Amino acid sequence: MIDLKLDEGWVEAELAGDFPELGLVHAPVDAKPRKTPREVKQRLRALADRYTGGKVIHMRQDAVPWAYRVFSRQVGIDPDTDRTPVERIALERLRHGGMESHNLVDDALTIAIAETGVPVFALDSDKVVGELGLRQARSGEELAGVRPLSVGQLVAADELRPVALLLGDEVAHDAGVTWGTRRMTLCALRVKGVPPISVEEALWMAAETLYT
Amino acid sequence: MLLQQAPPVAPRTLPDERAARRTLLGQVARLEEELAQLFCSIWPRKGFTLGVAGRGGPRLLSLAELEELRDDLAACVAHARKALSDRTYSEEQYRRLIEEMLLDPAAYKWVRVANEDIGEPGCKHWHVRPRWSFIGMLMGWWRVVISSGCPLAA
Repeated sequence: MIDLKLDEGWVEAELAGDFPELGLVHAPVDAKPRKTPREVKQRLRALADRYTGGKVIHMRQDAVPWAYRVFSRQVGIDPDTDRTPVERIALERLRHGGMESHNLVDDALTIAIAETGVPVFALDSDKVVGELGLRQARSGEELAGVRPLSVGQLVAADELRPVALLLGDEVAHDAGVTWGTRRMTLCALRVKGVPPISVEEALWMAAETLYT
Repeated sequence: MLLQQAPPVAPRTLPDERAARRTLLGQVARLEEELAQLFCSIWPRKGFTLGVAGRGGPRLLSLAELEELRDDLAACVAHARKALSDRTYSEEQYRRLIEEMLLDPAAYKWVRVANEDIGEPGCKHWHVRPRWSFIGMLMGWWRVVISSGCPLAA
């Protein structure tokens, strides 16, 4: 049994005003990136087998994926163009006829997102400065190595800089996990309509896979 | 008596938009739910547009942007609902036609109804054709042939 220490990140006041239930839950994990073991590959295959066209079509009516669709819409994203993480994975599954294995970290995140519907991303704990939280991007900020940010874009950030765009699929290169990473921080976004237990389960599932 | 009108007083505090924003966010959520339900009802039919453009997010939208988004979603839901209603009416007519074709094939010579016409997936179709080709045509032996499905991919 894994003992995960879950922490609740801070949320900027203006953001919390509009979205009182918005939160970033994160947990440190003592795991290094490595090649995907056979058991995890098998699990990915089994997971892919459970995804059918009908399931993907009706996914948007399931409580958790729907909650993230709603949040996307409320913050100005068209969820049919810029898909939520779980829908992105489901669509890739339909396009490629399976879930491709990349490395243990990516595969663990894929499993956690696909099983629970909750977006999860991983950061290099040694590169994160201070507490993590959610806020609006400030003038001149960028997602290092990925793209510049416009003022007001919603980001996950540490005390120094943005580390990920909300509901995006990329993490800042100066905070993301690399082959040299020794400890990770798993982060999950919580929005209105998503029970805290689902968020916990997503983090727990990703951590469990990383410890495989 | 002449009343002197007091000069307008500039407000000292800005009105709090929070309540209005929460209401609009709630309306957006409900409309998105309706859109999701409509999407599932519409599938596998084709030719429907359910798209509402994004607003350059993720970011906090202004009150005006939220109102505009709500209106666009409401218009999209209303349009999609009407289009679906029209389509299901036409599908009902085709279902009735299939029943009539089965009851009296000779009255519907060469009529063909596809699965798509009744809102179902697949390539199955009902086709009124004569039994034994020309002999059947001359003798008035008509029947409904139900296709076995989609042709194999080339």
